[in-house]
Amino acid sequence: MPYIPHTKRDTEEMLKAIGINQIEDLFEAVPSDLLEMNEFNLPAGFSEQETRQHVSGIAAKNWTAEASFLGGGFYHHYIPEHVTNLGTRSEFFTAYTPYQPEISQGILQAIFEYQTMIVRLTGLDATNASMYDGSSATGETCLMAANITDRKKILVARSVHPQYREVMRTYCNGKGLIMEEVPFDMSSGQVDAAALGSSLTEEIAGIFVQSPNFFGVVENMKELSDMAHEKGAVSVQIITEALSLGILTPPGKNNVDIAVGEGQSFGIPVSGGGPSFGFLACVEKYIRKLPGRIVGETVDEDGKKAYVLTLQAREQHIRREKASSNICTNQTLFAIRALIYLATLGKKLRDLALLNHSHSLAFQKMLSEKGLRRVFSKPFFNEFVVDGCDTLLLQKLKEQRIAGGLPLKRFYPELKNSLLVCVTEMITKDDMEKYLREFLFIKEAPLRSA
Amino acid sequence: MQTIFEKSVLGRSQYQLPVAIAAEIELGEGMTRSMLDLPEVSELDIVRHYTALSQRSFGVDTGFYPLGSCTMKYNPRINEAMAGLKEFAQFHPWQDDADSQGTLELIYRTQEYLTEVTGFPGLTLEPAAGAHGELTAVMMMKAYHLDRNDTQRRKMLIPDSAHGTNPATAAMCGFDTVEVPSDAQGGVDLEKLKAVLDEKTVGMMLTIPNTLGLFDRNILEISKLLHEKGALLYMDGANLNAILGAVKPAKMGVDVMHINLHKTFSTPHGGGGPGGGFVGCVSSLVPYLPAQRIVKDGDSFRLDFSAPKSIGRVRAFYSNFGVIVRAYTYMLRLGKEGTKRIGRYAVLNANYIKARLKDFYNIPFQQHCMHEVVFNDEKQTQYHITTMDIAKRLIDFGYHPPTIYFPLIVHGSLMVEPTETESKETLDEFIDAMMKIAEEAKVTPELLQRAPHSAAVKRVDSVKAARNPVVVCNTCCT
Amino acid sequence: MRIPTIKDDRLYTKEHEWVKIEGDAAMVGISDYAQDLLTDVVFVELPKAGKALEQFKPACVVESVKSVSDVYAPLSGTVSEANSALEKSPEAINGDPYGAGWIFKITGFKTEETANLMDAAAYKAFIATLKH
Repeated sequence: MPYIPHTKRDTEEMLKAIGINQIEDLFEAVPSDLLEMNEFNLPAGFSEQETRQHVSGIAAKNWTAEASFLGGGFYHHYIPEHVTNLGTRSEFFTAYTPYQPEISQGILQAIFEYQTMIVRLTGLDATNASMYDGSSATGETCLMAANITDRKKILVARSVHPQYREVMRTYCNGKGLIMEEVPFDMSSGQVDAAALGSSLTEEIAGIFVQSPNFFGVVENMKELSDMAHEKGAVSVQIITEALSLGILTPPGKNNVDIAVGEGQSFGIPVSGGGPSFGFLACVEKYIRKLPGRIVGETVDEDGKKAYVLTLQAREQHIRREKASSNICTNQTLFAIRALIYLATLGKKLRDLALLNHSHSLAFQKMLSEKGLRRVFSKPFFNEFVVDGCDTLLLQKLKEQRIAGGLPLKRFYPELKNSLLVCVTEMITKDDMEKYLREFLFIKEAPLRSA
Repeated sequence: MQTIFEKSVLGRSQYQLPVAIAAEIELGEGMTRSMLDLPEVSELDIVRHYTALSQRSFGVDTGFYPLGSCTMKYNPRINEAMAGLKEFAQFHPWQDDADSQGTLELIYRTQEYLTEVTGFPGLTLEPAAGAHGELTAVMMMKAYHLDRNDTQRRKMLIPDSAHGTNPATAAMCGFDTVEVPSDAQGGVDLEKLKAVLDEKTVGMMLTIPNTLGLFDRNILEISKLLHEKGALLYMDGANLNAILGAVKPAKMGVDVMHINLHKTFSTPHGGGGPGGGFVGCVSSLVPYLPAQRIVKDGDSFRLDFSAPKSIGRVRAFYSNFGVIVRAYTYMLRLGKEGTKRIGRYAVLNANYIKARLKDFYNIPFQQHCMHEVVFNDEKQTQYHITTMDIAKRLIDFGYHPPTIYFPLIVHGSLMVEPTETESKETLDEFIDAMMKIAEEAKVTPELLQRAPHSAAVKRVDSVKAARNPVVVCNTCCT
Repeated sequence: MRIPTIKDDRLYTKEHEWVKIEGDAAMVGISDYAQDLLTDVVFVELPKAGKALEQFKPACVVESVKSVSDVYAPLSGTVSEANSALEKSPEAINGDPYGAGWIFKITGFKTEETANLMDAAAYKAFIATLKH
């Protein structure tokens, strides 16, 4: 039997040691008609070889692009081999939460280093050991903002990732918070600051603005944060493209109180949306309001440097119904992978971020010259929205094994012919030219037939 | 050991980017950062540093890991390989349904398996972890009552033996928690339950088997009492491993439950995550499940969002899809024969440890346990030895300590969960070590009080860490 | 277990707070018995000045490494001052629970509510009943 090593003799000896005749005797507390004795309606177990064939067969039904211009919250970036290699070391992946510090110093130190990376990238003061993902971390941040301010209303920009807004709404409904959406400016692509200003009353717990936003546009976080603070609300910046932290002004410098987002860009494959990790960082004064695990530095009995889970009295296993979050799992394995990725790139993270920006800008200009115009005017990081695109283009690109981008109509009816296009370092010049060729082919098709 | 920041040398970084094909920048004044204080280390430095950190960690692969309530079973390598298949790893979540058939089919098939083993017709794999599943389930309970205009229900009943996530989850949904005491057998005290149960009760959050490792023999009575008052029974499935293949939760009168894929279904715990959640429910709760559902149309699959009464979305995209691939791979390996044996052998292993150690450590509850056994330090107190000392001494014998001081209702509890993947030889060696420690407690107690002796550090100062939190490294790399 | 100190110059609650009335203000802390049970206090979430309190309802929270405990208001009234020194040195609650470890002061309290509190002798008898 796979993964159950007992021989018949082992079982007999164990039953004898317990003093019973059959395993089912151990289930005597289970009402007898509840104990399943019949066969399950399941196939017989597969060998590993058959399993591989079967799962590979299912996997093959996914279409795989050779070049993907899809972003919108999850991004294709290059992953150095040693990052994958170290990140899958079994001492990391088969361990559990480091509750026993003496034999978990490695994982504890890795989380401590991860925390340091996140704090330096965001320009804030403290962070936890990671969250499930960006969307649920943002949901948790709604509760955190309400907890900090003792207020019940959340303002969120409509230019925040649509699924993040859905998750926020679910969390707010659960807790009885009210969430209100603020429109974006159709010309700049940024949140409508005037509309935000008029909704921003002294009832608002926090403003939630994504930057770069779902359209790739960079927001004026400093101005928005200052507006929030004037009304006693906290300023929350959502970040789904973590690579942008390599070049853009960090949240802390823009007076943001809490930065929350998705860390997938740091060395983690897209994998259908997970597993990866969410990050959540804040200014010093809110450290005890952070949900989740936190690692701190201390000493052992001999005075030697050591790490340990700390500030645990915030957490559910101690605070129980008084805890502001029920979270216990974090995403250590992927936080460690991100750490190794960040250690590898180091200061060159800035160069990679710049390259993403320059390449996407160059491609945007190429498209624009040929008539596929950008919708918004304000600067973007590595993705942008173009107008005048139809399904035929995506179909043609698909035939070339190119994923051409994300149509936005589903989420924003007013952007009905718009496409969100993302360019990372994975896109080559050749890919861009192919894309352009297909676009021109469609554009000029009516001319040819005429 | 130095941190990676302390190992940084200015100018050392060797990382090479692809050749740039453009260099123009359109990020205006004040939009960019001037400083990025990240380390500069060589690739070999990185490999050695993180290899060293991994070696200062303890996983299931390192040795026996009887951490109660966490189900630290073997994590099969084929699971990892399947999650790493190119068509899954490079699958972008914004691909449309026609281009996502493999992903949709795999999730659908996983749901089919889970329906068969739990008995629940409705289910979702959207939650990212166990506690996230709990939150999803309690939100569904809330939506269920509100949809029936039953707005008076504010009380969530929670046994005193429950995990902390239960009361925390109820609070996240705005409910008041009412603690229900356990009886002398470790089960729910029925009289006390009746005393607090009324028409204002949302439901009860019950871990089955409970955190004492016991199956509540009154389960059918409990669900009947709840249903009579219009309240719902939520099952915390953290301990599902005990009954997988032996009892279908839906048959016990459970209305909604969560499962941790990373416990019962062998996906790795990853040093604290990722996890994987699953929520199953009876048909009356199906309308409230998260809105994103997978529908099978003939031979193809599509996403469906037409669920107006749904609680909404709890996680973006396909949640922890890679974890679902791992769990499904494991389910295939088990098949019908394997599935039936999981709970049975997990329970056998725990009772074997219990039987052989009963003369050495106090056992607060005498009946057969399920997948885990709770001891405490009552026999050792006379030698001034605590559960903490026993746990730390186990490290010197090469074991990860069991869960200690939980459940809270047993003083000095020591909770051992061996899982079904451990052989009799491994259990015998562990039992020998526990017996030796019981002897040491009498003869050389100071050996235990100062343990561990073999670890990277001695016992650490948690008070210092909490009073003056140092949560980041201060060494500059600029 | 060591025998806890119980001071005669103040009143006590069943939740182990002490209150010492000096003129218009009532100073509040937790008893020596309570600090010993809590073990090392690592953080005190102090109440804000101006917070309205109700007798025997939670006023603020004290944390040790492994536990969190509410501090209940021994008297109804308004928080006039919190002991900000505890922000930097919460250990004062362990070291000097009746002195430097005071937590907050209440003004505008109703003197008749003191009838619901215990004096030192009654409190001593009360904690004797708690020992197992």
